Amino acid sequence: MAALTKEETEALIQEVLEVYPEQARKDRAKHLAVNDQSLEKSNKCITSNRKSQPGVMTIRGCAYAGSKGVVWGPIKDMIHISHGPVGCGQYSRAGRRNYYVGTTGVNTFGTMNFTSDFQEKDIVFGGDKKLAKIMHEIEELFPLNKGISIQSECPIGLIGDDIEAVAKKANKEINKPVVPVRCEGFRGVSQSLGHHIANDAIRDWVLENRDGDDTFPTTPYDVAVIGDYNIGGDAWASRTLLEEMGLRVVAQWSGDGTIAEMEKTPKVKLNLIHCYRSMNYIARHMEEKYKIPWIEYNFFGPTKIAESLRKIAALFDETIQAGAEKVIAKYQAEYDAVIAKYKPRLQGKRVMLYVGGLRPRHVIGAYEDLGMEVVGTGYEFGHNDDYDRTIKEMGNATLIYDDVTGYEFEEFVKKVQPDLIGSGIKEKYIFQKMGIPFRQMHSWDYSGPYHGYDGFAIFARDMDMTLNNPCWKQVKVPWKTDGSSKVAVAASA
Amino acid sequence: MPSVMLKKNAEGKLVFYVPKKDLEEVAESIEFDTPDKWGGEVLLSDGSKYYFDPVNAQPDFPVTLRAKRLDSGE
Repeated sequence: MAALTKEETEALIQEVLEVYPEQARKDRAKHLAVNDQSLEKSNKCITSNRKSQPGVMTIRGCAYAGSKGVVWGPIKDMIHISHGPVGCGQYSRAGRRNYYVGTTGVNTFGTMNFTSDFQEKDIVFGGDKKLAKIMHEIEELFPLNKGISIQSECPIGLIGDDIEAVAKKANKEINKPVVPVRCEGFRGVSQSLGHHIANDAIRDWVLENRDGDDTFPTTPYDVAVIGDYNIGGDAWASRTLLEEMGLRVVAQWSGDGTIAEMEKTPKVKLNLIHCYRSMNYIARHMEEKYKIPWIEYNFFGPTKIAESLRKIAALFDETIQAGAEKVIAKYQAEYDAVIAKYKPRLQGKRVMLYVGGLRPRHVIGAYEDLGMEVVGTGYEFGHNDDYDRTIKEMGNATLIYDDVTGYEFEEFVKKVQPDLIGSGIKEKYIFQKMGIPFRQMHSWDYSGPYHGYDGFAIFARDMDMTLNNPCWKQVKVPWKTDGSSKVAVAASA
Repeated sequence: MPSVMLKKNAEGKLVFYVPKKDLEEVAESIEFDTPDKWGGEVLLSDGSKYYFDPVNAQPDFPVTLRAKRLDSGE
């Protein structure tokens, strides 16, 4: 199917909106747009970070998901207590595949679930005593933990427990950082506020811990990787490139990260932000307080990697700049081979994305490197500044949708007929049953890493594996397929 | 009275960031921008205007200051 024109895309949006009652239609219309690269600011065409409409299917998470699941959870040597009923922690446990090095249950705790398991009596009489007791139990059972964070679930805010007081007391008793995080799920419209609250908790309870302590030897090439959650090993694939060009990565926030790394971050020379949405807050804070500049970078696909490496190197001296060129040259044969192998198989295929955080814009370059085209993209919980950064990345007359509903996404897909969809687990089976190849782009469909040059090879392989999988020819019922594929079925049966 | 985070970008222009609104804009003009006086009306590239109480020295950017919103530009 040929690309839609601007008018056709606009008509498509109108058509999809038609079924809504008037009020809902008016609201949803603000969240759907046709991309126009001539616009400088997204607020002229799209509204974002607003409460989802009741009655529509949204796949957004909550503030607790943003704080415990995204920002705090991957910090491996801390114990994160899901403070409240057992479900929130248990059903989000280990699902995000933030890889780490360590012995789980001894010195790292990433995939474990710690919860205060609230019962009725805790709601009635308050859970502070229980929380204090839990921390002493943790100290006894897991003495190698380096700190504790208290991730509030909804009831904590509702019953008004004073977790800050408990945290301060426990901090004195066990002599380790104890961080209360007020990330009750009902706060905000999506997980995005949870990221912000988590960032603020780091700012207030962690970042200042080593102020005035100069015992950590620094170099002029110290950087921190911020907003890389090491999904399937992403941060490792990124870190090797940075180290090869001569930089010293002091901290990883927060995939495979430790609390000690976070405390040392104010000593670095530059903060590198991968996921802007979830961690720009802390970068801006460090810029103001410690005068550490920050830049955004993109390690998806060779074009963007080279661009980012050069952009990072430009902020350092010639040795790093030469290092960047050396890294790009070193991997050139490798990624050229990947492109040579997969581009002919993927050329001209059209992709629709609907993910969170940074990926709706960051992975576009990687698809383009493979000769593919992204014809629609959207954020679950993006803000205006995310869309500002997306407009230039996307082609003209492509679809942009914010917090798209289940119904809208399905209708868009039916009309646009993309060759591949990249979205989350909640969309996966709908589209696979519709016979459209699908990649789960939240946790890379149990694959990865996708960052860096190493990741690009895996990314290309996965896209090819999904798109050109022979199973898609078998999805249609026999009386709707043409003769040739019928023969193929018979031959293989 | 939004809190505004101000910093200089690579070109030396003032970048204006309002966290609550995700507003990130470059300042087109500043009423007073000399070494011994800074502040006054600031015009952003989207047409909106903000006012900072003038101070007697250049602030140490990046810095968060309180601004008064004069005109939304719409």
